Amino acid sequence: MNQPTDFLYIAVILMSIGIYGLVVKRNALRLIFSIELIANAVNLALITFSRMLPSPQGQVFVLFSIAISAAEVAVGLGIIIIAYRFYKDIDITEYKNLKN
Amino acid sequence: MVDSVFVGLSVITIGSAILSLESRELLYGGIALAVSMLGIAGYFIILDAPFVAMFQIAVYVGAVAVLIIFTVMLVRAPNTVTKKETRKRKIAGILLGLAFLVLAGSILGNSAATQLKFNDTIPVFDVQAIGKELMTYYSPVLIVLALTLAAAVIGALTLARREDIEERNEPTN
Repeated sequence: MNQPTDFLYIAVILMSIGIYGLVVKRNALRLIFSIELIANAVNLALITFSRMLPSPQGQVFVLFSIAISAAEVAVGLGIIIIAYRFYKDIDITEYKNLKN
Repeated sequence: MVDSVFVGLSVITIGSAILSLESRELLYGGIALAVSMLGIAGYFIILDAPFVAMFQIAVYVGAVAVLIIFTVMLVRAPNTVTKKETRKRKIAGILLGLAFLVLAGSILGNSAATQLKFNDTIPVFDVQAIGKELMTYYSPVLIVLALTLAAAVIGALTLARREDIEERNEPTN
């Protein structure tokens, strides 16, 4: 049988992959991929502790977290599409003036 | 002491997470991200949370991944591998990721969390307990969350609306 630390190590590895992607990648869609990986790592840690205690509130928090990240992805993709319409590119170093 | 299902899920999840960031085609990256989220849903099933696993599959694989794949097709980036990702930036990113990995891993390995065990004697709660929590104590949160989701989707639609087409269709007076 697995122990809680095994799942927590997987969550740590996923989060470090997400941090690497956030630092290195300059493609706006890849940044959204990285944010999703980090959110999934947090969900995995929450479910692990919820199974360990055991308490249903961890699962309730994960349900809320999934819904919030779905909303975040919808808004982020809308922003990417409108930025692509302005700049004809999804490279975030090209977005010099997003003020107007 | 880990079993084979756990090792297989780990290989699938972490491998496709790396592939989603490093694949040459952005479309294959989106598909790899969906596979990685399926792996996370597999972990949820191992951890006796089948309801959250179904929610994860429905929302992430069913909605988010499809939305991302459609955006990739819509945007059609001219160059997916940009020259802005210089070698120095890549090395710095790998070092930062490894530093976080070593730091958090060593903290986790030396903490009291290694002595935690899944106690199999206590019966695990079922979906009824989650539903009771959602409907009683967390019901205001549920309502606020529904409004947030609706507002986000309407906001995304408003952002992506093209005003020039509408002006062309309407007669100017």
